[in-house]
Amino acid sequence: MNRTIAPVIKDAIEFELPLKLYDKYILDNGVEVYAINGGAQDVLQVELVFYAGNSYEEKNGVAAATNYLLKNGTSTKTAFQINEHFEFYGSYCNRACYNETAVVSLHTLSKHLPELLPVMKEMITDSIFSEEELETYKQNTKQKLTVNLQKCDFVANRLIDACLFGETHPYGKYLVAGDYEALTREQLQAHFEKYYVHGRCIIFVGGKLPDNIETLLNQSFGKLAIGPREITTFVYPPVVASQRKLRITNDPEGVQGAIRIARSFPDRHHPDFMGVMVLNTVFGGFFGSRLMSNIREEKGYTYGIHSYVQNHIGETAWLVSTEAGKDVTEATVEEVYKEMKILREELIDEEELLLVRNYMIGSILGDLDGPFHIIGRWKNIILNNLDEQYFYDSIKTIKTISAESLQELSQKYLQPDDFYELVVI
Amino acid sequence: MIQFDKFALDNGLRVVVHEDKSTPMVVVNVIFDVGARDENPQKTGFAHLFEHLMFGGSVNIPEYDEPLQMAGGENNAFTTNDLTNYYCQLPAENIETAFWLESDRMLSLAFDEKSLEVQRKVVCEEFKEHYINKPYGDAWHKLRGLAYTTHPYRWMTIGKELKHVEDATLQDVKDFFNKHYTPSNAILVVAGNVTLDKVKELADKWFGSIPAGDKYNRDLPLEPQQTAPRSLEVRANVPLDALYKCWHIYPRLDRRYYITDLITEILSGGGSSRLFQALVKEKKLFSNIDCSHYGSTDAGLLSIEGKLVKGVNMQDAEQALMEEIIKLQEEGISEKELEKVKNKTESMMAFEDMSVMNRATSLAMYELLGDANLINTELESYNSVTRDEILQESRVIFNENNSNTLYYFANN
Repeated sequence: MNRTIAPVIKDAIEFELPLKLYDKYILDNGVEVYAINGGAQDVLQVELVFYAGNSYEEKNGVAAATNYLLKNGTSTKTAFQINEHFEFYGSYCNRACYNETAVVSLHTLSKHLPELLPVMKEMITDSIFSEEELETYKQNTKQKLTVNLQKCDFVANRLIDACLFGETHPYGKYLVAGDYEALTREQLQAHFEKYYVHGRCIIFVGGKLPDNIETLLNQSFGKLAIGPREITTFVYPPVVASQRKLRITNDPEGVQGAIRIARSFPDRHHPDFMGVMVLNTVFGGFFGSRLMSNIREEKGYTYGIHSYVQNHIGETAWLVSTEAGKDVTEATVEEVYKEMKILREELIDEEELLLVRNYMIGSILGDLDGPFHIIGRWKNIILNNLDEQYFYDSIKTIKTISAESLQELSQKYLQPDDFYELVVI
Repeated sequence: MIQFDKFALDNGLRVVVHEDKSTPMVVVNVIFDVGARDENPQKTGFAHLFEHLMFGGSVNIPEYDEPLQMAGGENNAFTTNDLTNYYCQLPAENIETAFWLESDRMLSLAFDEKSLEVQRKVVCEEFKEHYINKPYGDAWHKLRGLAYTTHPYRWMTIGKELKHVEDATLQDVKDFFNKHYTPSNAILVVAGNVTLDKVKELADKWFGSIPAGDKYNRDLPLEPQQTAPRSLEVRANVPLDALYKCWHIYPRLDRRYYITDLITEILSGGGSSRLFQALVKEKKLFSNIDCSHYGSTDAGLLSIEGKLVKGVNMQDAEQALMEEIIKLQEEGISEKELEKVKNKTESMMAFEDMSVMNRATSLAMYELLGDANLINTELESYNSVTRDEILQESRVIFNENNSNTLYYFANN
């Protein structure tokens, strides 16, 4: 046996990747439900997605506080009782607030679903936002903020978004202690009434679903005032910063600098989007990327360096992110630009391109493992107003985009003058 | 019930196979019976540094990652105080690529000076990123040093100090490899769209000819029973005071481990847990509080850590925390509370078992503990725990003489 010879492989680009189609139900009030039934374990997840994210708030922090406090008391149950109910059945009820959407989710053994949905219903229709719960929330989130503000990566993430979108844009704004202090019950209640109780909601379910899943969902959510309605969206023109290069000392004793190099980038509907997903993978999107190979594996400047397109629904940003040793931050910045230059000036060779194609296809194949991942992919497609063709077109782009096209994209987008550059120590 | 088969090669390599035809992928997981506890106290952090070097090329293959990525695969690894685990996932058709790569690096590494030089730097940056450049990042270094006087759990996986990592030599790397990275110190788990026969054929072909090497005999110093409370005060540039307490618990295979695990759930497993409700919500002394343990193989630590609300006095916070502990020791828990934490355990396991990658890693870790079938019997062990056992154990564990306390004060 000759161990220097690699076994024959089947190129992953030869694989078919079928995306299992969802079942779709419409509840009595018109709310759409997307469902993927499957899996070996008797578990499932339910996600109620509301258009209630921070794009819709009138004051900083209202959307996040409202979302968080959905679990902290209704007219019949205290926060403790709500938590105890979910935890008694071994389930997890979580909430999360994003820019456009805000989510209430449930993970549970399938057999307990009938006991849990009615409490979720109560949370999204009857939360009371008591003064005491709000005060505790303000105090503890402010404390968490003071700890986070000591971390260079946290500070850098806030500042780079503010540079890219402006501090008044939902993607660019960030909270300061005063924002938490200014929160009032009335603001939360108003946000709750408008964007949850009478809001726009889409439901995603995945896992081993009971036969009567549609009936169960209809019983809890089908009579509510939520619906598929369109809601007014606000238009926020990005207000970009004028200064392109920033150096900030946040912690004089810091031993690393957080580096962010970023530019604005179109949304998923733009014709360049899919090609740039491939280009980004070559550039800094996986362990074998140019940035990782050079800056970690060749020079040892950092534990990790990544590039990615931010996951926004609207116009977004493409950025490079790393924490590097304090004395090599400038050298790292320089290397990032060098890698951009190489991509602009030289064609990616076919061997490397095939590796990236195979890696990306293999990664998607592995990621379609199980109903939670599949419904997650559908959620992303649906919330971005896309359809399954988008998934198949992305696969086709990965399999076929040429080195010439990738070079053109590099010349169009990897221009240093278009980037903001930030180092926070 | 998770089905699997086991066999062993003549060189001592143990192999576990878990077939799952519902996925197009296969996971190849190799676990080595070596962790930070096996390190020389003067050369800590080495097991983890070594994990990095396992990606720096092997004797016949200059690059590990590239051929795997070309085959549509992804991989990663982690090191703990007990073990080192490597895993990759790739399309089932390309399974042999994983056998080729994994067997060559078990056979021998390239021992490349350049790779060592770079990975020393990378690990130093990892050390800085997670333990130096983060507020409270050094707390667990100090807490381990306080709680353990003798057992090698007294240092963290990343190492006791940067200098140990910086000083690692190529000779250290070779010695470590020869001592620990032998077939008899390893377990191979293959899970996913594969058959037992295929795995037997490939294991024999690629791993069968690797020399057995010596079986490493672990002989670690035992931690003497703690006989008096210990405490330490620290002042640092952090915004809030924090309180850390820990107590010695039991080895992973001790039946009392399951009792202890449920105690941590009762104290802080979620929004209805005792410490969160009493100390964060009702008394408002802490802004967060968590109770946990590492699940370590040798006797580990149960810890409680939390940040104090600004203006709260450390003694008051500690006293309130201890009142909750005393309540547990005196009154025990209700039947409903016990049912709650058992239900949580049941569902947590079901969620963990969803991904074939998790199943592969769990099988490897259980087989390393002595029996892969623990994956199927764990739940029963948890379900057999009684209220009385929780009461009795809470009195033993939270004995004052078994406690270690770190008072972490904010400067100014």
